[in-house]
Amino acid sequence: MIHARGLARVFDTKRGREKVAVTAVGGVDIDVDEGEIVGFLGPNGAGKTTTLRMLTTLLKPTRGTATVAGFDLATDPLNVRRNIGYVSQSGSTAMTARAGEEVIDHALLYGISRDRAEKRGKQLFEQLDLDGMWLRQPKTMSGGQRRRLDIAMGLVHDPKLVFLDEPTTGLDPQARANLWTHIADLRNKLGSTVFLTTHYLDEADALCDRILVIDNGVIVASDTPDALKRQVAGDLIELLLTQKSDATAVLKLAKAIPGATKATSDGLVVTVRVPSAGGELPPLLRALEKAKVTLAAIEVRRPTLDDVFLTMTGRSLREDS
Amino acid sequence: MFFFQTWVIYRRQMRLALRNPVWVIIGLAQPILYLCLFGPLLKPLTAQIGALNAYTFFVPGLLIQLGLFGALFSGFGLISEWRQGVIESERVTPASRAALLLGRVLRDVTSLGVQGIVLVALGFAFGMTGSIPGMILGLLITVLLGGACSASSNALALTLKSEDALAPILNSIALPVLLLAGILLPISIKTGAPEWLVVVSDFMPIKYLVSAVRELFTGDFFTLITMWGCIWTVILFAAGLWFGTRTFRKDNV
Ligand SMILES: Nc1ncnc2c1ncn2[C@@H]1O[C@H](COP(=O)(O)OP(=O)(O)OP(=O)(O)O)[C@@H](O)[C@H]1O
Ligand SMILES: [Mg+2]
Repeated sequence: MIHARGLARVFDTKRGREKVAVTAVGGVDIDVDEGEIVGFLGPNGAGKTTTLRMLTTLLKPTRGTATVAGFDLATDPLNVRRNIGYVSQSGSTAMTARAGEEVIDHALLYGISRDRAEKRGKQLFEQLDLDGMWLRQPKTMSGGQRRRLDIAMGLVHDPKLVFLDEPTTGLDPQARANLWTHIADLRNKLGSTVFLTTHYLDEADALCDRILVIDNGVIVASDTPDALKRQVAGDLIELLLTQKSDATAVLKLAKAIPGATKATSDGLVVTVRVPSAGGELPPLLRALEKAKVTLAAIEVRRPTLDDVFLTMTGRSLREDS
Repeated sequence: MFFFQTWVIYRRQMRLALRNPVWVIIGLAQPILYLCLFGPLLKPLTAQIGALNAYTFFVPGLLIQLGLFGALFSGFGLISEWRQGVIESERVTPASRAALLLGRVLRDVTSLGVQGIVLVALGFAFGMTGSIPGMILGLLITVLLGGACSASSNALALTLKSEDALAPILNSIALPVLLLAGILLPISIKTGAPEWLVVVSDFMPIKYLVSAVRELFTGDFFTLITMWGCIWTVILFAAGLWFGTRTFRKDNV
């Protein structure tokens, strides 16, 4: 469905008076098979949107080639556009239009009949919990509702390849879970291929068959969610002590946990990574009690994108959202 | 397909424009205000300029002014649409890029046409006389000029994507055009303009449009002035559309 080779984009921007070339994407290879759901994971400014805009014909690559949905990006953009859907990161409807009209007009531009557009649009509104919003103006809708309207816009023509740029930002947990089901159904029921960007590892984990990790315009990892998580190796347990003198004893206990890695202590804090905190905590607590150690606090953290990054690149995310 | 896509864009634009009654009212009030507030000032000057009827003389200027300014600032609307993501979401569809532009240009042309008709009708109410077919041709010139301005303004807006960059450029175009085209007061030796000013104004294509519409209003169809005006109208219209479609077709904006 997508085969990109050395796709790169350099922006010319001005910093004060002098011109600087910003390499947003520095030559990425991407392969996505039909029927796959692939996650594109990376921090702010990594180059996710830029890559998506190139693959959707919105932005001309500085270098590199790609075929998307079976057509060459450079020589046959029209056929690429006919076969893809795109939900941009930042809205797609006019604030003063009516939601339903925007969806229908969008579909008409794809050459879909009005009847079919209306039927499919209303169906999507129902599935995305937008019932009763057909005649609403986007400016009167909440941020999350507008986000779902954007998604309805991108899906109304039932594209066989869908690009979603951070589809779940601004959605509450319930809407997020609902959208996950919907995205999974795109593949399971309609046989579509989905390429989506996200900041959240849990999202990529829940949805994707495969994850590409991008940083600074370069793909640093490409693997299944499980394999990525295996590399990160489990949950982080953080123990806050009441007395510094306990640190050595606690560190020893932490290291004794089966499968423990990277046990460290720093003042009153002892951290350790274990494959699964849920099963390891009770014995650890019992052992601590036996050693007469009192804890001030205990915290368990699931692996995050930050942890994936730390493992992949040896450094932390510059910023996380 | 192209015409259908243009129609979809046009209908959407018209719907949005008509939904905002403020713009409809401002659009219609503009020519009315000009005639009511400006007309009386110009009336005493009629004889000096050598015109028979003040309104037959000034309505053509106001028409061209309408064509220019009614459409020149339409790029601001495009920037706001771009901010809302509308442009990008239209560009990702297989719709022809020219249709995206033309639908918007037609919206401006429609509103200009209506405003122009109101202006002419009002001119009659104020006592304007002249050739009706000539006025229809004059309206056509106005509308084509408006189309050229709208296309260029939208193309410029799509390139710059910033109101702060667009505003000074449009203003620096608008002001010399307004002054040199003789829209309100004709620039000629007869009206007492210095020779250098007349020479400079000869390089302003809009001046020929104004002169042609004036001729047409009095019923002079087959004069050199009319011919030059029509030629310049076609040139400006073609240039505007060319610049506009070329910009809209670029795939990295
Ligand atoms: N039009 C542009 N002009 C100049 N620089 C740009 C432009 N678009 C993006 N960039 C730069 O390219 C880099 C990548 O941006 P991009 O939008 O692709 O990041 P992203 O991964 O989508 O980030 P986010 O998670 O914040 O959406 C950034 O450094 C950004 O500043
Ligand atoms: Mg982005």
